[in-house]
Amino acid sequence: MTGTWLGMPPFPEAARKALGDTQLRTNLRKATGTIRGKRAAVVAERADWEALRVAGKEIKDRTLHNLDTYLEQLERNVTAAGGVVHWARDAAEANRIVIDLVRAADADEVVKVKSMATQEIELNEALAEAGIAAYETDLAELIVQLGHDRPSHILVPAIHRNRAEIRDIFLREMPGVTEALTDDPAELAAAARAHLRRKFLTAKVAVSGANFAVADSGTLVVVESEGNGRMCLTLPEVLISVVGIEKLVPTWQDLEVMLQLLPRSSTGERMNPYTSTWTGVTPGDGPREFHLILLDNGRTDALADDIGRQALRCIRCSACLNVCPVYERTGGHAYGSVYPGPIGAILTPQLRGVTADEVSPTLPFASTLCGACYEVCPVLIDIPQALVHLRAKAVDAKRGKPSAERAAMRVAQWFFGSSRRLRVAQRLVATGGRVLSRRGRIGRLPGPLKGWSGARDTATPPRRTFRTWWESR
Amino acid sequence: MTAREEILGRIRSALSTVDKTETVVSRDYEQTIEGDLVELFAERVADYRATVVRTAADRLPEAIAEQLAHFGISSVVTPADLPAQWVPHADTDAPPLRVPALDATDGVVTACAVGIAETGTIVLDAGAGQGRRALTLVPDFHLCVVRADQIVGTVPEAIARLDGTRPLTWISGPSATSDIELNRVEGVHGPRILVVVIAGAPEEVPQATRMSSISTP
Repeated sequence: MTGTWLGMPPFPEAARKALGDTQLRTNLRKATGTIRGKRAAVVAERADWEALRVAGKEIKDRTLHNLDTYLEQLERNVTAAGGVVHWARDAAEANRIVIDLVRAADADEVVKVKSMATQEIELNEALAEAGIAAYETDLAELIVQLGHDRPSHILVPAIHRNRAEIRDIFLREMPGVTEALTDDPAELAAAARAHLRRKFLTAKVAVSGANFAVADSGTLVVVESEGNGRMCLTLPEVLISVVGIEKLVPTWQDLEVMLQLLPRSSTGERMNPYTSTWTGVTPGDGPREFHLILLDNGRTDALADDIGRQALRCIRCSACLNVCPVYERTGGHAYGSVYPGPIGAILTPQLRGVTADEVSPTLPFASTLCGACYEVCPVLIDIPQALVHLRAKAVDAKRGKPSAERAAMRVAQWFFGSSRRLRVAQRLVATGGRVLSRRGRIGRLPGPLKGWSGARDTATPPRRTFRTWWESR
Repeated sequence: MTAREEILGRIRSALSTVDKTETVVSRDYEQTIEGDLVELFAERVADYRATVVRTAADRLPEAIAEQLAHFGISSVVTPADLPAQWVPHADTDAPPLRVPALDATDGVVTACAVGIAETGTIVLDAGAGQGRRALTLVPDFHLCVVRADQIVGTVPEAIARLDGTRPLTWISGPSATSDIELNRVEGVHGPRILVVVIAGAPEEVPQATRMSSISTP
């Protein structure tokens, strides 16, 4: 992790700030409400939806359980089709490979297709440092880039912005845009089209990610809506794709499952407007050079965890964000990572390490464990199970260090350790409770108990405990 | 140690306790669908606010000409191997037009490889009558001819017909975005107008029928 996400506050702190932003909450409620409705409608059309989810899960499990074999197969097939395969242990290595390739192509700018992997490795910042300008071409990424902002959603990084805010950003940052621009979404899209057109037609190098990489054919797949992906994948001379090692599927046939699950789960469409697939290079059609960078960057650590591993099945649809009651209220920035929402809460601590920074250990707690995310996940990731597992890891990592919670537990342990001590404790609680009680309830308490009691009443402990009643029978 | 060896090594040690027998993938989802596939295809393509036209195969050139006239398309480019009688006055992409020339062209007319009824998708595979990928991307208007016998019911049927090693473009409606408040808006970087002409057997459709249309953006 470098600049962009460095020093982000822990989730509870960031969430508290986000909750105070009423504009943000209005924007998110509207957007997530819209998408939930659309997804539900297209999923309901399919009587075989559960069978598709099971197949999706099994395909990804099959991939992960034999990842080394499939990666080698992919490498052979991409190479045979005229592509070049690179391997990157971490973000710095991946960024260095991209920079070297751009320089070798004698270019000082690249056009980019929206890609979570390049967000994760903070490629744009690394390119800027190397004097290479990166132009985001996805509309939402463009809004984020022009707004000097951070992404807050996997699919729609500018989901926290409404149309009026987007118009203001365009007016401020887009050369040639005048006051005549309204906040009509169609007009805003047209402005983005005009802004990027020349870049597309003249760019020498493009950088993309991939939604899927097919081992048995060596094919890469990009699923998109606007056509910016097609532009980047087709017109430049050199194409560089940065792809996480978990993005594989074993066979060409497996795409028949993924291409049904992904659009319905992410944008709530039967099919997204454009899907491009390519295998190496095709003479006379598209880029003359194709480089595939296979990225680890913490994925093998997640792979080693029997419960955490399932997070690597993720196909980045963002359905779990859209149904999450926590995400809907705090927005994506509070998660302090490119991967927000429920999937981010289990992916980020695994990719970075649960104790890597201030944010990571707080993320597994950024959930009510309601399970809505599991119900919509197209590849059946049991997010609540992984959250609980990672909570245990976060707690384990702190063992041995003094904390109020730990001290309280130690005291409780001592009292529960003998029946005599428990009896004393019960008597103390019964008396103390009556002193603090108002109308049969204990309200807000002072000191370290404030956090818990601020929003919860406790019933007054009964005058007689079960034991005293039992003994008096 | 190279990055490749190190990553593969990490994977192998991460999976050392995992059962390596291949997970069987249960494919209990629908492979085919029943009903009038051409009708369903036309309906679903129109749902994306593309224009859908049905015509008898022997009236195809007239149907294409009508659509070009309707949308005011005067300069047209076609793949070199598209049947010449489909668009008699078109420029062919041989030798390949340079990008600025393509950008200055009003529209493109192509054939396709497969149509998928359930999702309203057309797939181009750079095969006969389809040309290279840039051809159907840069001009702002794309008219695609789908023969009724090219329409399959489902995504699995399409995947089975397609060759993964060819460069494919799956198209479901005109270019669109959901990036502003998650509402779908048509018309961003790809062609803003998509016209799909379904060419049936001559006896099937007596005359051109207009299924639906949108006004020019």
